Amino acid sequence: MSETFVRRSRKTASRMVGGEMVVLSVVDSSLFNLNETASILWQAADGRTPLRAIVEREIIPRFEVDAETAYRDALDLVRELGDQGILELADRPIEENR
Amino acid sequence: MSNREQAIVTITIGGLPITVRANDASFASILNKRYAGYVSSGAEAPYLLEADIVAAMRPAEEVELEVHREGDEWLMDRGDFRARWNPRARRGVVTQSANPYSIDSALRIIHSLELAKVGGFLLHAASAIRGNRAFLLSGVSGAGKTTITRLAPSDAIRLTDEISYIRPVDGEYCAFGTPFSGELGVPGENAVAPLAALYFLTQGLENRIAPMSRETAVSKLLRNILFFAHDEDLTSRVFRAACDFVESVELAQLIFRPDPEVWSLMA
Repeated sequence: MSETFVRRSRKTASRMVGGEMVVLSVVDSSLFNLNETASILWQAADGRTPLRAIVEREIIPRFEVDAETAYRDALDLVRELGDQGILELADRPIEENR
Repeated sequence: MSNREQAIVTITIGGLPITVRANDASFASILNKRYAGYVSSGAEAPYLLEADIVAAMRPAEEVELEVHREGDEWLMDRGDFRARWNPRARRGVVTQSANPYSIDSALRIIHSLELAKVGGFLLHAASAIRGNRAFLLSGVSGAGKTTITRLAPSDAIRLTDEISYIRPVDGEYCAFGTPFSGELGVPGENAVAPLAALYFLTQGLENRIAPMSRETAVSKLLRNILFFAHDEDLTSRVFRAACDFVESVELAQLIFRPDPEVWSLMA
């Protein structure tokens, strides 16, 4: 089974505001207000930790959800953020200088 | 060119003095009239904008404003004016015909660039001082900025009905008066006060203040900040400034009807 690695795009600025992660794309000034799950994934998206490990460490202990459902939902979410251009996805660790 | 042929006028907005030195002496009267209450003569300020006054430029409506950075310099072009501004050197040049509208646009852009360096911004908002505190009333065109300004009581000091000038002073956000007016066509008072609150305007059937979450406020705030340049570094700065601002200022929605009573909520 291939792994998925995620990293916050360098073309973004983000800040936790009022308990919600607010992300700005500096490319087109689009603004995203992330929900709790997306905020957790965003903060953990270091490009080195596999998504499955992030889900096991950060999501499953917080929510009453089985591992496979949690991972599937997280994958959908990061793909969506990837489509928006604010998260980078890869099947191997994402290098610092990439 | 001798000094006698030059126009030298210093325009101080938001506490930032910019000397405009034009190659056409008659331009001074245009500046003095347009920026009445904000001008002074005498020694040159630390910020200098050379105005190269030419016979004619293209009409403003023919070219969309473009602002971009080349090295240390910002370049602006709207057809009716071309300008360069170097924030590091605090120097720039604007080429335009002898009219107040072109330099007005150039100054707004220069101020927005300078404000971004210090965590401030220009905001689509009316603002006024009551009881030594400033209230910002923000909204897009048609939200009621000019209407609510017209309804202000006589003890209110009107800072602007269109574009508010905000920056931190000694760790506290302050609103400054600006000569940038909207439909009211009257420049704001050249005054400053610490901020009491930022209200986002919504016209309704009653006057009341409704709470607003900070995450919603930051989105609305960013939509109303004047933003001229598509530049990643500048965009990041403005975003950080907006986040800092919403974390330290009272924010709410002001639902109002066109009635002077609304000002009792801002006493």
